[in-house]
Amino acid sequence: MNRDGFMSFMSSLVVLAIGLLVGFLIMLISNPSAAWEAFRTILTFGFSEMRSIGNVLQGATPIIMTGLSVAFAFKTGLFNIGATGQFAAGGITAILIGLNFQGTPDGVRILFALVAATVVGALWGAIPGILKAFRNVHEVISCIMTNYISMFFVVFLIERYAFFPIENRSASLPPNSNLPTFGLENIFRSEFIRGSGIYRSSQINIGIFIAIIAAILVYVILEKTTFGYELKACGFNKDAAKYAGISQNRNIISSMMISGALAGLGGAMLYMSGTVHMGVGNSLLPYGFTGISVAFLGLSNPIGIIFSGTLISHLFLGGARVQVLGFPLEVVEIVISVIIYFCAFVSLVKMFLGKRIVTWFKERSAPPEETAPAEEPPALEEPTAPEEPITDEEPTQNGGDQA
Amino acid sequence: MYIIEMRNITKEFPGIIANDDITLQLKKGEIHALLGENGAGKSTLMSVLFGLYKQEAGEIFKDGEPVAIAGPNDANRLGIGMVHQHFKLVHNFTVLENIVLGVETTRSGVLQMAEAREQVLALSAKYGFDIDIDKEVGQISVGMQQRVEILKMLYRQNEILIFDEPTAVLTPQEIDALMQTMRNMAAEGKSILFITHKLDEIKLVADRCSVLRKGKMIGTVDVASTSKEEMSEMMVGRKVILSLDKKEATPGKVIMEVRNLTRRGNEKKSGKAKFNNVSFDVRAGEILCIAGIEGNGQTDLVYALTGLSNIDSGTITMNGQDITKAKIRKRTETGIAHIPEDRHKHGLVLDYTLAYNTILQTYYTPEFQSGGFLKMNVIAEYARELIERFDIRSGQGEVTPTRSMSGGNQQKVILSREISRDPQLLIAVQPTRGLDVGAIEYIHSQLLAQRDNGKAVLLVSLELEEVMNVSDRILVMYEGEIVADVNPKEVTFAELGLYMSGAKRMDDIAYDKTETEVSA
Repeated sequence: MNRDGFMSFMSSLVVLAIGLLVGFLIMLISNPSAAWEAFRTILTFGFSEMRSIGNVLQGATPIIMTGLSVAFAFKTGLFNIGATGQFAAGGITAILIGLNFQGTPDGVRILFALVAATVVGALWGAIPGILKAFRNVHEVISCIMTNYISMFFVVFLIERYAFFPIENRSASLPPNSNLPTFGLENIFRSEFIRGSGIYRSSQINIGIFIAIIAAILVYVILEKTTFGYELKACGFNKDAAKYAGISQNRNIISSMMISGALAGLGGAMLYMSGTVHMGVGNSLLPYGFTGISVAFLGLSNPIGIIFSGTLISHLFLGGARVQVLGFPLEVVEIVISVIIYFCAFVSLVKMFLGKRIVTWFKERSAPPEETAPAEEPPALEEPTAPEEPITDEEPTQNGGDQA
Repeated sequence: MYIIEMRNITKEFPGIIANDDITLQLKKGEIHALLGENGAGKSTLMSVLFGLYKQEAGEIFKDGEPVAIAGPNDANRLGIGMVHQHFKLVHNFTVLENIVLGVETTRSGVLQMAEAREQVLALSAKYGFDIDIDKEVGQISVGMQQRVEILKMLYRQNEILIFDEPTAVLTPQEIDALMQTMRNMAAEGKSILFITHKLDEIKLVADRCSVLRKGKMIGTVDVASTSKEEMSEMMVGRKVILSLDKKEATPGKVIMEVRNLTRRGNEKKSGKAKFNNVSFDVRAGEILCIAGIEGNGQTDLVYALTGLSNIDSGTITMNGQDITKAKIRKRTETGIAHIPEDRHKHGLVLDYTLAYNTILQTYYTPEFQSGGFLKMNVIAEYARELIERFDIRSGQGEVTPTRSMSGGNQQKVILSREISRDPQLLIAVQPTRGLDVGAIEYIHSQLLAQRDNGKAVLLVSLELEEVMNVSDRILVMYEGEIVADVNPKEVTFAELGLYMSGAKRMDDIAYDKTETEVSA
């Protein structure tokens, strides 16, 4: 394993551990006697039985998609805070298609819903992209605004075309419009009471596989194609990209469209799972924002995001379970939020870890004279060692009188 | 007794020992040069002395007493001052305000400037600085700004003055003045540490010289009794050819023709043109150099030639083809190669690997991609070939992150990329800035090789040494206009300096008479 990958992995674990620790402290304050039990539940409930594993994977699907969405934009130098709006746009598209078109074969309708949601997400993502490319509007500002436009428009569409007034939410899709499970629910299920022979299935469907395929696709686009080469060049250094004759405007719009497409598809898959419905309250969906944490924790690596998404889904499920122990929902949400909050520091920890690990390796590889007297420390005469990085530049710190 | 003694200083950074057991002794009243290539550890050592870095081992003594320097404030308290390579001035403050900044005299929170004004005026007069202390720093020349930095140290009554490559931004006349100032200050009993890699300047002012190489102290020599060749050998570790072996140029047909190029400035600011009515030809088989002091329009001119920015009027023709409005990639494809002034900004994607940077201009060609997929093996092979051919040193070969490479080798990556595309015209802007002697030698020889292969080279340089040695023809730019067209063999340093500072100007520049006739 290369050192960078190892360090990324380690730093993700470290922030998670810190987050968990602080979460534990909060639970300790809230209800000392049950805190340890609650902490254990958060950590273990997700894989305590096959049914939970299935639910973790199902819960991971939408946030892997929004995580990919945020990470894709991020890799190309854009901060797509609009994933939640694109997610909702994709979601409502899927709901409207799933409720109608009952004449068409199920497979065609489902595929159509997924594709249409992807396209709608892409178009919704294109708006901030176009504004940024041609009018230099910062994408964060326009994303915030498109989020609200999306939210209110979705509420309007639900109330008019897909309303289930009794529960004040979107109407349930007919089961034949949901994503197929291909028998997965029979694998990821658990006995209701041990030995009873009565099973409770999980909510898993094929969405998780679509998410994994999407992650692999994102990886291939970014790492193997000229398109990805251009996108990343723009993201890393837009001046050098310009110097190389790469069209920045085209890349900004493409990047936002792909980012939006991923979020839109995520929205479709969530609402085609048969368990979650869209409310009509005036609040933004949390999935887009959780996607930011997922992307951070996965260090914007598409494959890393599969794991970080699963992990956060695992925490959500365990957290929800903690209510059984008498913790109010708010405390549980605080705890989960704190954990996710700490995930944002992963790059910082990686930087810090980097220094530590280098010193550690050096101590290991160049032991003191007594233990290995024959061997010279190898660090000195290495001809290919990068030259001292500092002296090429100004010292990074300055006196108090910096201009 | 030494005024400053740094004893056995060791400073490590991840993967590199920047200072390895270095001992440096500074006598009172001497000018002590610190010579070394880039990456030799000079700046690190000075940063330790100035409190910006904490050394892992070793001690610093002032007047024989051990001292701990935890930051620039400690350094100041001990009388250590530093003129940084890039000045630390507040541009919209006046000279006086800049000088007192941080050590202002106040009475119940109200600034008392009168006293400071008198002191600063006295200091300025004493050293013959002809400086208007009420002007905003942004309005005065770079040479004047440096004097502000020096006054800052003097005002703080610093006894130990560190100059980090102070002559890099100055004209020859300003350099002379600075040297005189340094001598005066030393005569006053100030002790000066002078970081440089210019041997001439050391010969001119320094009493002793300490040479660093790859983080180690090679030795301290008496300047008067040591030759330049000996010092450069100590610095590089091998013999260096100080003058370039150069054949006579044989200029051929015009490759790039530039006519009446103008770009107006920002109306809201000064409104002064960035460059005005610039015309010249670059011919095959010649190195045309644009000389000038930094900020006289060279940067904007090159941006205009390469397509990075627009122009307001004029034409650019490349091999007879009008490229005035062409996009950057179009220009690249007509045979323009560009070694940009700022290699980190334009020249490299630092987060890409070495291999990825070698294809920055050609990744979309069938050689490196098919069906939109990058040919990873071909790219790696190509990068290895360039590494071999251009002797690019890196930690992990073609997969080395470019960010981790040294400046010289980063520059070689750009050079190799641009030259191996076999361009008609190579535009090289400050190609040797911040590089060590060995790398400079290499880059110069590559520029000459291009020329000898019948290619055109447009070199933009601030280094007079380079301008005089490498070029076949020199244009001097001053305030956005070309003020001289001279032959390096017929012009002296002093004369160039006069053109560069605007003191002199040719009335009659030949481009639009004989040369257009030739090309037409």
